[in-house]
Amino acid sequence: MSLTYLEAIREAQYEALNTRPEVFLYGQDIGTFGGAFKATKGLSKEFPGRVIDSPISEDAMVGVAIGAAIEGARPILEMQFADFSSVGFNQIVNQAGTLFWRTQTPCPITIRLPSGGTPGSGPFHSQSMESIYAHYPGLVIVTPATVDDAYWMLLDSVDLDDPVIFCEHKFLYYHLKADALGGRGLPIGKARIVRPGRHATVVAYSAMVHEALRAADELALDGYQIEVVDLRSVKPLDTETLLGSIARTGRILCVGESFPWGGVTAEVVARITAEAFHLLDAPPMRLNSKDTPIPYHPNLWKAHRPTVTTITESLKHLLRY
Amino acid sequence: MTTLEVADADWTPEFGRKYMAAFQVMQRARLMENKIGALYRSGGQVVGGVYLGRGQEAFSGGLGVQLQKGKDIYAPLIRDQAGRVAFGEEELDFFRTYLGAAPGPMRGRDGNIHRGRPKEGLLAMISHLGSMVSVVAGCLLARRMAGRLGDAVGATSIGDGGTSTGAFHEALNLAAVEKLPLIVSVANNQFAYSTPNDRQFACETLVDRAKGYGVRGWSVDATDLAQCLKTFEAAVAEARAGGGPQLVEGCLLRLSGHGEHDDAAYVPDAIRHSRLGQDCLLRAEKQIVARGLASESEIEQWAARVQKEIDAVVVQVAREPRPDPYRERWEAFSVRGMVEGFAE
Repeated sequence: MSLTYLEAIREAQYEALNTRPEVFLYGQDIGTFGGAFKATKGLSKEFPGRVIDSPISEDAMVGVAIGAAIEGARPILEMQFADFSSVGFNQIVNQAGTLFWRTQTPCPITIRLPSGGTPGSGPFHSQSMESIYAHYPGLVIVTPATVDDAYWMLLDSVDLDDPVIFCEHKFLYYHLKADALGGRGLPIGKARIVRPGRHATVVAYSAMVHEALRAADELALDGYQIEVVDLRSVKPLDTETLLGSIARTGRILCVGESFPWGGVTAEVVARITAEAFHLLDAPPMRLNSKDTPIPYHPNLWKAHRPTVTTITESLKHLLRY
Repeated sequence: MTTLEVADADWTPEFGRKYMAAFQVMQRARLMENKIGALYRSGGQVVGGVYLGRGQEAFSGGLGVQLQKGKDIYAPLIRDQAGRVAFGEEELDFFRTYLGAAPGPMRGRDGNIHRGRPKEGLLAMISHLGSMVSVVAGCLLARRMAGRLGDAVGATSIGDGGTSTGAFHEALNLAAVEKLPLIVSVANNQFAYSTPNDRQFACETLVDRAKGYGVRGWSVDATDLAQCLKTFEAAVAEARAGGGPQLVEGCLLRLSGHGEHDDAAYVPDAIRHSRLGQDCLLRAEKQIVARGLASESEIEQWAARVQKEIDAVVVQVAREPRPDPYRERWEAFSVRGMVEGFAE
C-alpha cells in the first residue's frame, strides 16, 4: 500500500494519539473538517475530544500548547500555513523557547508548519520559517524530506521533551509517495547521506533534497559523482556528517528554499569554513531563493526558488573552480 | 457588569477573619517591597530593576487569597506581590530572585518579577504583556481533557495597557470559546508606564469589554479591600461552578513609579489626590481599627514580626552564592542530545 508524505503525517498523528494519552491536536479547522490539507482527516472522529478546532489566534494557540505541556500534555499544534506562525512568534521564541532554561520545566510541544512554496500560493502561503526559529535558543527544528522521515520524525518530535518546530513541505504532500512505510530511521540531529559521491557535496533539506538529487542525476551524465546530504534537522545541525562528506569531496554547495540573508545555508557554510577550511578545494557555495517576497505566478515562482537548473549550474561552477 | 457594594451586614465574623488574613498578606507584601526598594536605592545588592505593587495590594491579594496552591493555577504579573504571598510563594524566592542568588527557582537566569514554579501551578511571567493569559488557558484545557480539572480555576493579572495587546484579545476570546474557569484581573492603574488611559483605549471602562468576549464582567474600587474580597470571592466561585471566564476590573492608582527608577512625575496631582490615589493598606488598617478587629498597636506588632523575618531572609540570601558562569550549564534544551557545541 503506497503512502504519500501527507498521509504519513496523518498516520503519525493517528499513532501518537493512539499510543500516548497525553497527546492532543489543536489547530484551525482540524476537527470535523480534517484540516486545510486534510492532515487530520477523520482523527476527530477516532479520538473524540482530542482533536480540537481553535479560533484564528496563533498567539493564543501556542500559549495554550505551552500551558498544556506544563500540565504534562504533549500537544501537536497545526499552523494552517507556516507563514501564519509569525503571529505566534512571540509565544514560540519567548515562551516555549525559554521555559526550560528559565524554570527547568520541559516544554514538549510540536508545532507543525506546512511550509514552502507551491505554484500559485504567493507571498503569504509559501514561506519557509526554519531559519527564523533556528536562530532562537531552545527550539528543535526538523525538516523531513521523505515519507519515512515525515512519519518517524513526527513521532520522535512528540516524544521529545523540548519544543519542536516541524517544517513539513507542502510541495511534497501529494507528490512524494513511498510504496510502504520503512522502519524507524535516524534520530533527530543526524543527517543522512542520500546519495554517495566523490566530486562535490550538495547539502539540502526538505523539498530541496529532491531537486538536489535530480541535479546529481544530470551531472552523472557528465561523469560527476555528486554526494547529496539531507540535513533532516536543521537544529541540531549534524556538523560531523557534513565534515565527513567534505573530507571525501572537498567541495560543497548548500541549498535552501528560504531567503538568502543568513539562515541555514549560511550557518552550514560558516561551520564548514571554520572547521574544514583545510579540506576545501573550492570556496563553499550557497544557493537560496531570491531576496524578494515569494511570487504568485508559477512562471515567477519557479524562478524564485532554487531549481534543478540553478543547482546544476552552481555545481558546475563549483566543480570548475 | 457587576459591582458588589459592601454593607454592614456583610461584616460577619467570618468575613472579618478573611479580611484580617488578607490584610496580613498585604502588609507582608508591602514590607517585602519596601525592603527591596530600599536595597535598590542603597545600590549594589539588587540585580536589575525593581517593580513594586504598592497601592495594588488589596486587588492583587484579594484575588490571591481565593486561590489554593496545589489545586489552582496562578500567573501573577508585575504588581502582584500580594497575590504571590497569598498563593504561598516563599519569601526566599522573592529575595533570591531580586538579589540574584544562585539557589532558588531562577538561579540568575531570570530576575525580579519573572519568577515562578510552573510545576507547582505558579507560572513565571514573560515580559510580553498578555502572553500569560493563553498559557493559563492551556493549563486548564489540558487538565479538563485529562479529566482532572475538578473545580480548580486559573487566574492571571494584567494592567490597563496590557489589554491593548493582541495576545490578551486572542487568549480571552479563546478561553471564552472553551468556557474555561479563568479569572483575569485587570488592574486599571490609569497609566501604562507613562501613557494615560485616554491614549490607551477608547471604551468607557475596560470591563465593558467583557460583554464583547461573552464573559462575566466585574468592577471594583480596588482601594477597598472589602470590595475586592467580596467581588473576587463571587467571581472565583462562579468560575469554579462552571460559569466560564471572569473579567474583574479594579480601579486604582499605582503608588510608585513603573519601576523604582521612575519618579512617575507624569501622574497629575489631581489623580494622586483623587479617590483612586487612596492607599488600600492604610484604608484597610483604618477599617480594622474602626471595626475593633485589632488595635493599632497589634497591627504594629505584626509588622515588626514580619519585618524581623524579612531581615533574616535578606541576611541569609546575602550570604548565598551567586551564579558562576564557569559552572553554568549553558544549555537551553532539556534533552542533552539536542544541544550543539558552538565554538567560542
